[in-house]
Amino acid sequence: MKGMRNERDNPQAEAAAHTADPRPSRPGRAIADVVQRWTAAGRRRFIASELGSLPVVLVLVAVWIVFQLLNPNFLSPRNLSNLSVDIVGTGLIAVGIVFVLLIGELDLSVGSISGLAAAAFAVLNVNNGVPEWLAIILALLVGTAAGTVQGFSVAKTRVPAFVVTLAGLLTWNGLMLYMLRTSGTINLDENGLVAKLTSYYFSNEGVAYGVAAFAAGLVFLMSYRDRRRRQAMGLPHRSLRSIGARTGLLAVVAFAAAYVLNRFQGLPLALLIFLALVGGLDVVLRRTPYGRQVYALGGGIEAARRASLSVVRVQTAVLAVSGTMAAVGGLFLASRITSVSQSSGSGVLLLNAIAAAVIGGTSLFGGRGTTWSAVLGALIIQSIASGMAITDTPIALQFVITGGVLFAAAVIDALSRRSQEAHGRA
Amino acid sequence: MATPPLLALRGICKRFGVVQVLADIELEVRAGEVVALMGDNGAGKSTLVKAIAGVAPADTGVIEWEGRAVPIRRPHDARDLGIATVYQDLALCGNLDVVGNLFLGRETRRLGFLDEVEMERRTRDLLERLSTGLPDLRAPVVSLSSGQRQMVAIARSLLWDPRILLLDEPTASLGFEQTSEVLDLVDHLRDRGVGVLLISHNLADVKALADRAAVLRLGRNNGFFNVNTASQEQIVAAITGATENVPRRMAHREVDW
Repeated sequence: MKGMRNERDNPQAEAAAHTADPRPSRPGRAIADVVQRWTAAGRRRFIASELGSLPVVLVLVAVWIVFQLLNPNFLSPRNLSNLSVDIVGTGLIAVGIVFVLLIGELDLSVGSISGLAAAAFAVLNVNNGVPEWLAIILALLVGTAAGTVQGFSVAKTRVPAFVVTLAGLLTWNGLMLYMLRTSGTINLDENGLVAKLTSYYFSNEGVAYGVAAFAAGLVFLMSYRDRRRRQAMGLPHRSLRSIGARTGLLAVVAFAAAYVLNRFQGLPLALLIFLALVGGLDVVLRRTPYGRQVYALGGGIEAARRASLSVVRVQTAVLAVSGTMAAVGGLFLASRITSVSQSSGSGVLLLNAIAAAVIGGTSLFGGRGTTWSAVLGALIIQSIASGMAITDTPIALQFVITGGVLFAAAVIDALSRRSQEAHGRA
Repeated sequence: MATPPLLALRGICKRFGVVQVLADIELEVRAGEVVALMGDNGAGKSTLVKAIAGVAPADTGVIEWEGRAVPIRRPHDARDLGIATVYQDLALCGNLDVVGNLFLGRETRRLGFLDEVEMERRTRDLLERLSTGLPDLRAPVVSLSSGQRQMVAIARSLLWDPRILLLDEPTASLGFEQTSEVLDLVDHLRDRGVGVLLISHNLADVKALADRAAVLRLGRNNGFFNVNTASQEQIVAAITGATENVPRRMAHREVDW
């Protein structure tokens, strides 16, 4: 049994060991054997939906290739760098949506909350002279408070979250319009902290490479220590080769990104904050008891309750996280245009944030997904938008194509869920 | 009475709306004793288990733990007493893996983070003792076979060395070999002084395993039997209602309605 586990964990190493078998054998049969092992492992993975984000990455690559063929400026450092900043606002909101989707609910209020938080910041800082750092904290707390109120209502009344947050969408939007009633559009300080969020770049090339090296090193160290502990306890563990391959791949991607960003203006501060938050929240979700409870709620609310989890607490906390992330995203969106207006947080923002989470691979049925899906999803949506813009495609078509990608993602989600259950029944 | 029973139910009542699902239930489980809880469908067996487990607390009545009345209002309360439950529907989170399900709600921590390695080791050790044919501990439970899922649910109930184990039809989806594994396990737990309340429809299993059988009918006690002396016919008659072991049942119901 242990042997089977090992094989499952690193089919590459097993397959490699097989080809290196010193016994003389017909090469054709050996190859057939390897192929069979590979496909079997592949099928198991697909069934267990451990395919991960590979399909999403392939879609992203396809989108990039298509637009690069249509316009050779698409993959220019300048455009990619702008893209990496443009995804941050929507992406941060989508991270909050991932939390809500994981417990099997939906939050429709994030657009309004992002606008409300941005308006709160602008009114406090610009109109009332509150110091910027304090205004930022208060604006984030506005988001947290709005989310907490909604979460508590959902948990206590058991009204589905999408209804509660639909009411929230209107309420928070009304509140924002009320706050902005006298000023209409408020322009932010061009040199202020919030404006810097999306306008500051680390022009020192070393920063981007340093971050890439740090990330790859950290991942390697964690995997390596995990492997050593598992080995010591006699548990199945990844081979060094597999750890090396994974970290190597990550390092290649990270350094390539750093190289491209350095060829424009360097690492954008916005991207660094975004990735740090996504990485941090990923650790919270997958490595802490709180995160385990979030997944458990999405896997079966009754089962979670019987395991003596506090459903009220988890639901409230999850919507508080999504409200807070909406506020963070709202500040980045305001920073991008250095102004807050009555249209902040409206329009397609909400839909794009939800679409980003789903396209990135977070399940609509709850219990499956990671914060990284927000990054991938936002990247795909923004790539389409950016590509359409530089190829002068009408916005109508952009909506249709984004809609098509979202539909495809939802179908894949439903199919992988069904295949999992069918496998379980067998 | 020398030692009070580990668990005793006194006059447990529960109603869902106008339906009285449990009325004046009495039951005792002693340490090192296997009590079979029997009854037809809808007799209230699962409801009683959920009342003891704190999932659906009783409306009135007293639950005594070692002779002392204890409040069980939440699953947490039952868990802290040492009551573990295998529910009929298993109550597993399909998206979590085997390790995640076993430790759900009581995760082992290391510096505040989940200690996955330690949890996986304990899961492996426990499952190796329980059963042959170890499932993939990192596969989501939804992808396991129903027999494997049943074993996961049983393993979860044993993880924290319970003093009372409530088993709601634990062998319902098991094959022949696994069923006998589970029955052996129950036998072994009894020897270690665990009190077991076993819901089963299988009279042969009950005869082979249980010390006593308590029969429920339409939400009421309908007799207690020593399975070594009572005949199969007597028990079946109590289950089907051919014998009424609780007088004035109909009178009682008319008052209630």
